[in-house]
Amino acid sequence: MKLNKATRFALFSILELASKPERHLSATEIANKYDISSHHLVKVLHSLVRARLVGSVRGAGGGYRFIGNTKRITLLDIVEIFEDIRQPPAEHEAADETEIGQALSQIMLEIDEITIATLNSISIETFLKTMHYYQQELPQTTS
Amino acid sequence: MLTESQVRIFCDMKKDKLPNTAESKILKAEESTLIRDAVQEDLIEIIKLDAQNTGIEKDDYWQAAFDRFGNGESGFFLVAETEHHVCGYILGEVRAWEFGSPPCGWVFALGVHNDVREMGVGSKLFDSICLHFKETGIEKVRTMLARSDHLNMSFFRSQGMRGGPFIQLEKNVAD
Repeated sequence: MKLNKATRFALFSILELASKPERHLSATEIANKYDISSHHLVKVLHSLVRARLVGSVRGAGGGYRFIGNTKRITLLDIVEIFEDIRQPPAEHEAADETEIGQALSQIMLEIDEITIATLNSISIETFLKTMHYYQQELPQTTS
Repeated sequence: MLTESQVRIFCDMKKDKLPNTAESKILKAEESTLIRDAVQEDLIEIIKLDAQNTGIEKDDYWQAAFDRFGNGESGFFLVAETEHHVCGYILGEVRAWEFGSPPCGWVFALGVHNDVREMGVGSKLFDSICLHFKETGIEKVRTMLARSDHLNMSFFRSQGMRGGPFIQLEKNVAD
């Protein structure tokens, strides 16, 4: 599954901010850490402020901080602010009505359902608590 | 080694020292919960608890599960007890070489009473059964649950479980 750029920026920001909820970070600080466009990130952060997941404080020592509930907010909640992954593709072709087309649609639906269930089962807290398990399984690089 | 009643007294002593805040209530519940092997007398409360969570009363299933796993030889049937009542249960066994899968622990039932949700009872049950699996030399624990079962899915994720290399498939064989 390929998430769009805004969704990925939002996930990086939320997870970074939620890892230390008392801390304020500027868009530039987040952008520098993840090597992403700060211009694009500011727009994403505004969406997160509107969604009341992130608070912003202006001035020196200000910035953004996570204000949501880490136990309740899931990865799916964040993804769905930026894209509708539950909806089937808008373009509908005549071939979709054929026997093969319908069977293919069912298989795609099966994959989508697994994706949605997975994203919906991982809260921010669970992600932050368990992300080291994924780190442990990365292939070791030799220096 | 402490007996069950000694464990309970020890836990109650620790519990009484905690202040009465929301956080400490969770700690108290965690501290005063005893995880032990299920006994025949627990079945009434287990059946009630399961029916409360699933809406179906399955007396025969639970009796058969106890007959098979209650002795600790074929699997593990553990309960969480608080204030002399069963507030949770977990059931699992070791399965081996199903389509090439080396021996692994399987958890196939877990239930926690509504009143003690988010108080660490499920984690304590899961940790306990994992310990039992580990003692038998098992390195992996697996489970299978409905995609729509958000509660249990979130719980197992929070325990560090993730998608494994096996996938569940099914086919309708009814006419």
